Amino acid sequence: MKKRNRQMNLFYIPAVALMALFVVYPFFRAILISFCKWNGYSENIRFVGLDNYIYMMTDRKFWNAFGNTLLYGFGSTFLQNVFGLAFALLVNSRFKGNKIVRTVVYMPIMISSLIMGYIMYYFLVFDNGVLNDIIGWFGKEPQNWLGNPVVGRVAITLINSWQYVGNSMIIYLAGLQNIPQMYYEAATIDGAGKWASFKRITMPLLVPSISSAVILNLIGGLKLYDLVVSLTNGGPGYTTHSVMSYISNQYFTQEKAGYSAAIGIFIFLFIVLVSAIGNHYFAGKEVDM
Amino acid sequence: MKIKKTKNRYLHRSNWWKYLLSVVIVGIYLLPIFVIVVTSLKPVTDNSSRLALPEVIYWGNYLKAFNAGGLLNAIKNTMIITFFVVVIEVFAGCMGAYPLARNRSRLNKVVKALIMGVMMVPGLSIVVGVYSTLVNLHAISTYWGIIIVTAAFGLPLSIYLYSNFISSIPGTLDEAAAIDGAGAAQTFLHIILPQLKPVTVSVIIMKGVGAWNEYGYSLYILQKPQMYNITLTIKQFFAESMNDLNAAAAGAVLGILPVIVIYLFLQKYFIQGSLDSAVKG
Repeated sequence: MKKRNRQMNLFYIPAVALMALFVVYPFFRAILISFCKWNGYSENIRFVGLDNYIYMMTDRKFWNAFGNTLLYGFGSTFLQNVFGLAFALLVNSRFKGNKIVRTVVYMPIMISSLIMGYIMYYFLVFDNGVLNDIIGWFGKEPQNWLGNPVVGRVAITLINSWQYVGNSMIIYLAGLQNIPQMYYEAATIDGAGKWASFKRITMPLLVPSISSAVILNLIGGLKLYDLVVSLTNGGPGYTTHSVMSYISNQYFTQEKAGYSAAIGIFIFLFIVLVSAIGNHYFAGKEVDM
Repeated sequence: MKIKKTKNRYLHRSNWWKYLLSVVIVGIYLLPIFVIVVTSLKPVTDNSSRLALPEVIYWGNYLKAFNAGGLLNAIKNTMIITFFVVVIEVFAGCMGAYPLARNRSRLNKVVKALIMGVMMVPGLSIVVGVYSTLVNLHAISTYWGIIIVTAAFGLPLSIYLYSNFISSIPGTLDEAAAIDGAGAAQTFLHIILPQLKPVTVSVIIMKGVGAWNEYGYSLYILQKPQMYNITLTIKQFFAESMNDLNAAAAGAVLGILPVIVIYLFLQKYFIQGSLDSAVKG
């Protein structure tokens, strides 16, 4: 059996080699570069210690992007879970057409969020944009939506939530269908109303689903990148950048490789921390069925 | 977990509000698709509302998208990249999952930690490290560069899906094979591999859509225009034709059409796949 186990370990080689070479090694390389000043391509690379991290602490554009990322991450998570559960409850109830709702709500997940941003551009654009069209019906003047940072941030949060709410819906749907029907029947016999059943049976038994959906949405939202690029490209100014799009901007456009590596390491640690706290929080809330 | 049909307790209630709500939701979800399709079928000189159907269907934007945008070439590139990403994720994924699910060794803990770690790294947070590594390997603007990076970042999920699935296959089958003198490789090939079909469908679908829609790393790795994938081509299309949003709309429609069509035919697999990867095992 021992020999067999050793043989078995050989099966790890392709996967581990790929991840080690193209994720782990670059990860340590990024840590190293984060302590250097470098433009990203020249031979001229210089160790500067913690300078990039210190600069990050004072970089207002970075903190703005970080704040936006929190909004995109936590805002989307909130909306996706509230609407995801609501949609799941609707689709789970029996009426003709519930499958159509499920299919249609899940569909935008198939579309690249980069392209989704461009599609939504037709809604927000000034000239003949759909939103301006709609407010025109009520006699309002057309607005330059994308010139307004607040609108940009809200639009990014809403579009991201709208596009990916299907994931939460599916997770909640599976959770709802795993709750034995007899619990509800027992509760009805005991005289519990709908709201009481929902609060005392559905919600506690959905905790595993809530935990999966919340953590999945949080990580997704905190990584948000493509949508920002295509919808606002961080503008106007630097107001709507997420951390990820700011990293790309600093690296690709501003050629500050060392600094963007430092931001990358920071956001990586932040996401690890958030998911650890999330997992810990939900671990204490699960109940046995 | 399978999505089951359930009997519903609200059956006897009047359902009109559910229909109303459903119509509103479906409307909100289809509106963007409607707007972009309608726009793509109008000439750029048509200033009518984007919510209004075209009076005459105009196909010129699609011609422009095909002629100017290098779209066919991008579709070819994306197909090649997606195909190889999926092949690597399937083979390296199920191979790596086999010892993880079956073996109880110290090495497993190391591999598990590695997988968890890689899963946590948001791809672009280490773009500086990845890009400079690829430059050293002369992998910029090559198929294999983007294929291998996309596959490496996606492997944890595929290993996770496969190892959950293999854990549910009874270990007695392996033991019986071992008693008959089969080595690990033979057991894997003859006992495990033939049973992996359902989870492989999930992996192909999840990873296929992911690779098809990839943008973050493609921007860095696929720098020569003849290497562009679909997302990069559409991005360039929008950058170049901001004065011709109608032609850009045609490009966007062509870019999303393949995945939407495949989704509509295979949606139960998509939904199962997303469930398998979200629900902790």
